[in-house]
Amino acid sequence: MDYTPHTDEQVAQMLETIGVHAFEELLQTIPDELKGRSLDLPAGLSESEVLSLCESIALPNRSLREVVSFLGFGAYHHVIPTVAEALASRGEWLTPYTPYQAEASQGTLQMIYEFQTMVCELMQMDLANASLYDGASSLSEAAVLALRTSHRPRLLIAETVHPSSRQVVATYLSGFPCVIQEIPHTNGVTDLEALAAALKDDVAAVLMQQPNVFGVLEPTEQASQLAHRVGALFIASVSPISLGLLKPPGAYGTDIAVAEGRCLGSPVAYGGPGLGLFATTHALIRKVPGRLVGCTVDESGRRGFTLTLQTREQHIRREKATSNICTNEGWLALRATIFLSLLGPQGLKELAFLNLQNAHELFERLREFPFIQPAFDQPFFNEFTIRCLNGSRIEELNRKLLNAGIMGGLPLRPWYPTLADASVWCVTEMVSREHMDHLIEVLKTV
Amino acid sequence: MTEKTIELLIFERSVPGRRGYQLPPVDGLKRSVEELIPDEHLRHEPPRLPEVSELDVVRHFTRLSQLNFAVDTHFYPLGSCTMKYNPKLNDRIASWSRFALVHPLQPESTVQGTLRLLWELEQLLCQLTGMAAFTLQPAAGAQGELTGLKIVRAYHRMKRRTRSTILIPDSAHGTNPASAALSGFRVVELKSGPDGLVDLAELKAKLSDEVAALMLTNPNTLGLFEQDILTITRLCHEHGALVYLDGANMNALLGIVRPADFGIDLLQLNLHKTFSTPHGGGGPGAGPVGVAKPLVDFLPTPRVRKVGKRFRWDDRVKHSIGRVHGFYGNVGVLVRAYVYIRTLGREGCERAGRFAILNANYLKEKLSGTFPVPFDRHCLHEFVASLQPLKAFGVTAWDVAKRLLDYGFYAPTVYFPSVVDEAFMIEPTETESKETLDAFAEALGRIAEEARTNPELMKHAPNRLAVNRVDEVRAAREPDLRWTPSNQLVSA
Repeated sequence: MDYTPHTDEQVAQMLETIGVHAFEELLQTIPDELKGRSLDLPAGLSESEVLSLCESIALPNRSLREVVSFLGFGAYHHVIPTVAEALASRGEWLTPYTPYQAEASQGTLQMIYEFQTMVCELMQMDLANASLYDGASSLSEAAVLALRTSHRPRLLIAETVHPSSRQVVATYLSGFPCVIQEIPHTNGVTDLEALAAALKDDVAAVLMQQPNVFGVLEPTEQASQLAHRVGALFIASVSPISLGLLKPPGAYGTDIAVAEGRCLGSPVAYGGPGLGLFATTHALIRKVPGRLVGCTVDESGRRGFTLTLQTREQHIRREKATSNICTNEGWLALRATIFLSLLGPQGLKELAFLNLQNAHELFERLREFPFIQPAFDQPFFNEFTIRCLNGSRIEELNRKLLNAGIMGGLPLRPWYPTLADASVWCVTEMVSREHMDHLIEVLKTV
Repeated sequence: MTEKTIELLIFERSVPGRRGYQLPPVDGLKRSVEELIPDEHLRHEPPRLPEVSELDVVRHFTRLSQLNFAVDTHFYPLGSCTMKYNPKLNDRIASWSRFALVHPLQPESTVQGTLRLLWELEQLLCQLTGMAAFTLQPAAGAQGELTGLKIVRAYHRMKRRTRSTILIPDSAHGTNPASAALSGFRVVELKSGPDGLVDLAELKAKLSDEVAALMLTNPNTLGLFEQDILTITRLCHEHGALVYLDGANMNALLGIVRPADFGIDLLQLNLHKTFSTPHGGGGPGAGPVGVAKPLVDFLPTPRVRKVGKRFRWDDRVKHSIGRVHGFYGNVGVLVRAYVYIRTLGREGCERAGRFAILNANYLKEKLSGTFPVPFDRHCLHEFVASLQPLKAFGVTAWDVAKRLLDYGFYAPTVYFPSVVDEAFMIEPTETESKETLDAFAEALGRIAEEARTNPELMKHAPNRLAVNRVDEVRAAREPDLRWTPSNQLVSA
């Protein structure tokens, strides 16, 4: 099956109009030795054949609907309202390009303006862009911005920032003459003394995550003050849903706030597509990477929207652009905008509250087991870290849980060797009381 | 003012206390927030999100959607963007919970289906391009470019060479020089020759042992195949430089030529172009990077491997440049591309490439009496016309683009590439019918006539849409990037 509408008769007419006898004449500029190799691809399939093929491929997967999951660690399974799914599946949202022709793209443009506003409100920041690829690339772009504007050669990044994000930052910065220094943690939070000692006036920025990779709340207020004392930017990577209850980054002096926004109405989808949120202050408006939508008027004085401040961007500035990004994550921005419209301020607060309550309930129930102990004595939101004592291995425990249809917390061993017996557990609103009861019953038998 | 002229902002529909979604009740400890979180971490002012009903949300976002032109509603001949039809089947399969609702850190044993699909997709892309291996991690074309250039850098570094420049033709996409700069390279521009192609003398003059790579688009942004491609890649290799292909225009080569066969060392594919995944109003895309054998060990980690009948992730890649994505890339997009390639199969891919070329040449011919095509010869998937003759009437390519919207066609890419004056870059794609192309050519013919007889009309186009021409200058001069209660529209 393919999707070409051409009939043989039309093909003949079209070739005649062009003035060639055969299609191959159109390929004259391609060297002959390159042509005529047949592709070693399987034959095409009908719709029903494709459906059964894909069903058989999908079969061994176990979806989050079929298991009880306590996995988080950068990807969070949250509610997806039916309305978000239904509206986002409209072809008018799915199949336009980036809104270059403003008048024929007012829907996308107004939606992005609303999205930018909502991100600003969530983060309590001055302005936000139309999205970047994911949380990790947003953090990386923030680091690039800090290096390029400050002309300072060092970056400090907390060891409690998600390891994948730190790896992506390192990849992005590999071409820059800069040093990235990791700041260690003490009892699950960034060591402020170590941070203060590392902060000199050659530091471009301090990068932290709130809540951090262990689920713990960081002393962001003090850290941002320390950063500003030496003229460094403070960059915070935050959890959007936590902001229903937790202090927004703008309230603790953040210069650039970034986040993974997939949790706002989009499925975990094996980690992608993600939705990179990027918000900052007025001071950095000309340095922002990516698209910005502005409100303006049309010739009749009616409100209209358009892409704006494009002289920052690659298609105008080429090698002097603030970023190379072109395509971003517009469709996920739409889903986030619908999600936040449906929930509103009260709904978002309740959602955050549900997460907080669920996580703390499980935390209390788990610590009743003699072989389980909290890794840190610190406040947390919807993720927490525990240790398995007496030689019981978390990997072994997780195998047993999986046999009972439970995906336990994520072992930290690969990233934090000193926490080899620790694992991070996430409890969102998708985990019910019955799910927790089931986990506890199974744990009693191991 | 008709209903369609302005859709209120969702914030302007807000009524305090109104709700659009109900969450399940909390049934557990119910401890107070203050007990669990110290005050220093708590939010004291709620975000000013809209308070609206479910129906408000449905109407708002449905109406907004109707203000868009999209492939599903209009011909969208946006050059270099390959706005082909996006099959619904692909979306359907990607939305299955066994694909959409799997966690990226699930045990590998519980996600064998996705791993198999990713592994097979990599093999299919290798077949289509002739490359030795692919990473599926980059989230879009530009991130693919960045990934590729990081590989170029790592490759030379391993060979203990310091090479700091990238050669880029003046007709390249803006992302090319931007990606090179972001990768720490200096950009040296190659002036195109009189035929719009790479000028071999210019290339020879600029090649040196400083050059890390040539970044080439083939067919180039004029829709022309670089007929000296074999010489170009040979010259680069003789100087120890790699050749990177910006694969944004791969639709032209699908089933016709494999980039590896003309000496490409690495490339990115834009799955949201060639492989029909929907653009979503600006993403998500996917920009897998394919490499020739000597570069395989530089690909990002992790890589998907097949061991016996099982699939698994592998973090051990000898010279890997590291990660470019938080997890494994835009998997939801990758699923769609896989479905597309399996649906088309060998013959379908070949037909797609051929009919993309046929449509572009047919449309070029139909427009030949209306506008000149500066580098006029058989093109591949797209061509660039020049609207320079209309300047005499004070009409620009921008005006014609706006007037086309009135005729129910999205506009081609304008003012790019810069090597053509008043450029109008048209890419019809293979999924458009002869009837649509005829109607488009006829509309452009009428617009050219209007430009001569009624240029004033053109300056104020469009005038059949919900808004007429928006003031972009004002938008840039007085940036208004977010709503606040003080700029509430009062006269709506």
